[in-house]
Amino acid sequence: MSSETRTNQESRGYRATPARRAFAFVRNTWRGLTSMRTALILLFLLALAAMPGAMLPQRSLNEPKVREYIAEHGWWGELLDTLGFFAVYGSVWFSAIYLLLMISLVGCLAPRSVEYVRSMRAKPVLTPRNLSRLPHHASSTVTSDADDVLATARKRFKGWRTTERDEGDGVRSISAEKGYLRETGNLLFHFAMLGLIISFAIGKMVVYEGQVIVHADGSEFCNSGIYAYDSFNPGLRVDGTELTPFCVRVNDFKPTYTELGQPIQYRADIEYSSGADLASNTWRPYQLEVNEPLRTAGDRVYLLGHGFAPVFTVTFPNGEKRTQATQWRPADQTTLLSDGATKFDPPGITDSATRRDNQLAVTGLFAPTPVFNGKILSSAGPKLTDPTVAVDIMRGDLGIDSGYGQSIFAIDQSMVEKGALERVARENLRVGESITLDDGTTISFDGVQRWVSLQVSHDPTQLWVLGFAVAMLVGLALSLLVKRRRVWIRVAPAAGAEGGGRTVIEVGGLARTDQAGYGDEFDEIAADLLNQDTRSP
Amino acid sequence: MPVDETLSRFSDWSYNTATLIYVLAMVFFAVEQAFGRAGRLRAERTAARKHELVGASAGGAVDATARTPAPISTPAGSAEPPLSPSARRSTSRAARFGRMGVSLTVLGALLHLAALVLRGLATSRVPWGNMYEYVMAVCLIAVVTWLVVLRKYPSVRHLSAFVLLPVVILLFVGGTMLYATAAPVQPALQSYWLIVHVAAAIVSSGMFLVPGVASVLYLMRDSHESNSSRFAKLAGHLPGRDLLDRLSYRTTVLAFPIYTFGVVCGAIWAEAAWGRFWGWDPKETVAFVAWVVYAAYLHARATAGWRGRPAAWINVTGFALIVFNLFFINLVTTGLHSYAGVG
Ligand code: HEM
Repeated sequence: MSSETRTNQESRGYRATPARRAFAFVRNTWRGLTSMRTALILLFLLALAAMPGAMLPQRSLNEPKVREYIAEHGWWGELLDTLGFFAVYGSVWFSAIYLLLMISLVGCLAPRSVEYVRSMRAKPVLTPRNLSRLPHHASSTVTSDADDVLATARKRFKGWRTTERDEGDGVRSISAEKGYLRETGNLLFHFAMLGLIISFAIGKMVVYEGQVIVHADGSEFCNSGIYAYDSFNPGLRVDGTELTPFCVRVNDFKPTYTELGQPIQYRADIEYSSGADLASNTWRPYQLEVNEPLRTAGDRVYLLGHGFAPVFTVTFPNGEKRTQATQWRPADQTTLLSDGATKFDPPGITDSATRRDNQLAVTGLFAPTPVFNGKILSSAGPKLTDPTVAVDIMRGDLGIDSGYGQSIFAIDQSMVEKGALERVARENLRVGESITLDDGTTISFDGVQRWVSLQVSHDPTQLWVLGFAVAMLVGLALSLLVKRRRVWIRVAPAAGAEGGGRTVIEVGGLARTDQAGYGDEFDEIAADLLNQDTRSP
Repeated sequence: MPVDETLSRFSDWSYNTATLIYVLAMVFFAVEQAFGRAGRLRAERTAARKHELVGASAGGAVDATARTPAPISTPAGSAEPPLSPSARRSTSRAARFGRMGVSLTVLGALLHLAALVLRGLATSRVPWGNMYEYVMAVCLIAVVTWLVVLRKYPSVRHLSAFVLLPVVILLFVGGTMLYATAAPVQPALQSYWLIVHVAAAIVSSGMFLVPGVASVLYLMRDSHESNSSRFAKLAGHLPGRDLLDRLSYRTTVLAFPIYTFGVVCGAIWAEAAWGRFWGWDPKETVAFVAWVVYAAYLHARATAGWRGRPAAWINVTGFALIVFNLFFINLVTTGLHSYAGVG
């Protein structure tokens, strides 16, 4: 099309000034971009570009797996990383495709909306001269007069948009059209999709998501800043200074299992305080379950997981006691065999060097339902039947003061390798049992607490997204299921000798969209209009 | 929620029997497909030649069969052209096979339904909690969709074997590799959204199977028409491209909004269960890609130069993605959707 216009212009002695050339370039680009063919190609590109995200590990879902993949694949992994294949949906090329698609969509919708408004006001088109040329056609000659026939037709076309015309010589016709909702639905669908994409993009700016482990013993968590979380993923425009304030207190956690240890239900018994309740220190109860997040203050709190925190008490030689319950992490999600490290500082030692030489760590495995394979502990199921630990007691310098952050689930192995940290005992303990070390220190396993991991999510745009999605669905159903169709009826006084007062009726029909399924409706209408008994082929 | 072992055994029995009955029905349809069209084919060829003669007013020899009266206006694919007596006899014998095939298919579908319902009763939950049950339900929808199509387009009955073939393969894979004993589902799956979201996915996937098959047949027919040596045995027995295209389009147009609804419900459920409505989990991603591909199919059918062959390819790609999403994403990659319950 663009090349055609160009030749026309040249033949009229068109002088291509730079400004005009630039304008033509912009206009042609715009036309190209908003053509249906481009839209199709962009749709394919979008589909193609989205696929690697399903096939390759993604940073946002599983960072360790990405690192593993890159390590395993050498230069190829690095290349993929540079090109953004491990963060597909934030990559330049993915964004470029959907941005182009959006532009194409806008360019497509603008003229169609104008056209739509025009066609909504227009009258149904004139009755074609020759109705028998149409895909659907029928005619007959009846005894009733033209006025009666038209009156029946008007009744039959209730709900259709119609116009009547007098074509002269006693010939009159009605054009009827139905199914305008199809175009309405189609525009609604495309506009809603535009809205959805924009809301989604805004959402990426303002969301945040944070995870935190809270002990189920009445411990509290407050959404007061990033530091309160174990991990935090902010949107592009979130710096963590303006989180919605609310607090959650976890009183209990109750899992239910089948006899075989298959989980049936997880439920955390919590209380929360938000908004005006914060000032008055009012707490409201809530039962937090897997599919039932707490919705408060515009945020949502989810129950993500749970685990155990074995409770150890260390009695030092001088008689002082320290009790700690540090969360251990489930190593096996089905049996909840957990591992971890509970770390103790010796009390009453002021000299930091001496203190560092006498730090203790209880590390090893925890099993809620123990089974032993020889002396090796493992777990038969997630139910808390006979909590048991298999622990190493480490003594020496834990490396906590080294300045490097360390995992709360493990000891720093480099300290062991350096010889700064030594194993001084290895034992399996049931609740109530204890170990006594060579210096008289005893370590007892007192019991176990439960913890839950919670996720707080903030996304003020998600209701918009939902609204647009519903609008898309409605629009889609209308645009695909409504059929746009036209019917014409023309009546004329019968000619010739045997004409006497009789009326010739002609009916024609045309489906403006896919033909299938229209024939039946047309036949019914035609039958109604033609008074079947006198119908002639 | 204890599992009722007896009901679960009955369910397995129904499943296996239904599969066998479909295989039997396929044999009947194959007979119809192979022999029934012989007569019809001859007539079609004749009609085509006659048309050519009239259209191009080309001279030349007219053989005996060409004198059969040409059909007066044949609405594409519906009315049968008149046949010679011998052709009519062989066609009617084959048609009897075809009708028996349909009866068998209905019987198979009833047992298939029973298998699904008994699973549900055995576990006291909706019977789509793992891949085995999911595949079973998808296949049931595919068969039912095809039976509905047969009511609207009786002339495509002889194609039933092509639809039953993937169904039987899926049922076989389901019954052997994916089989999982009846059991309750884990907490993450206990939600009304499981019922709605998965049901929509099942219904739309099952329906998409039919246009997928019709589009493959379209491509075979099309390639046969441009070079008659290709698919010579098969394609000659297929209905016209128009009918296959229409059948694909009509079914896709019904399945697509249901699929969209399923994806939207998935997002609503993900918001409640996983903390975000969309996170590019592998399963979500492939569902999105398949959605875009089907949208492209609808656009292609409205775009000059993309109708016909390209559109059929796109439809086939869409269905391939649906199958890929079911098998590859469940079994090979790991994501939040790994509830397959396999192994
Ligand atoms: C993400 C991008 C898009 C998606 C998912 C999408 C989806 C759809 C769907 C599902 C339909 C209904 C099909 C039908 O009525 O048969 C449709 C129709 C249509 N779309 Fe789009 N669309 C997209 C972008 C575009 C763009 C960029 C254009 C303009 C170039 C466009 C123009 C049209 C037109 C003209 C129709 C009516 C076709 C007909 O009459 O059947 N669409 N679209």
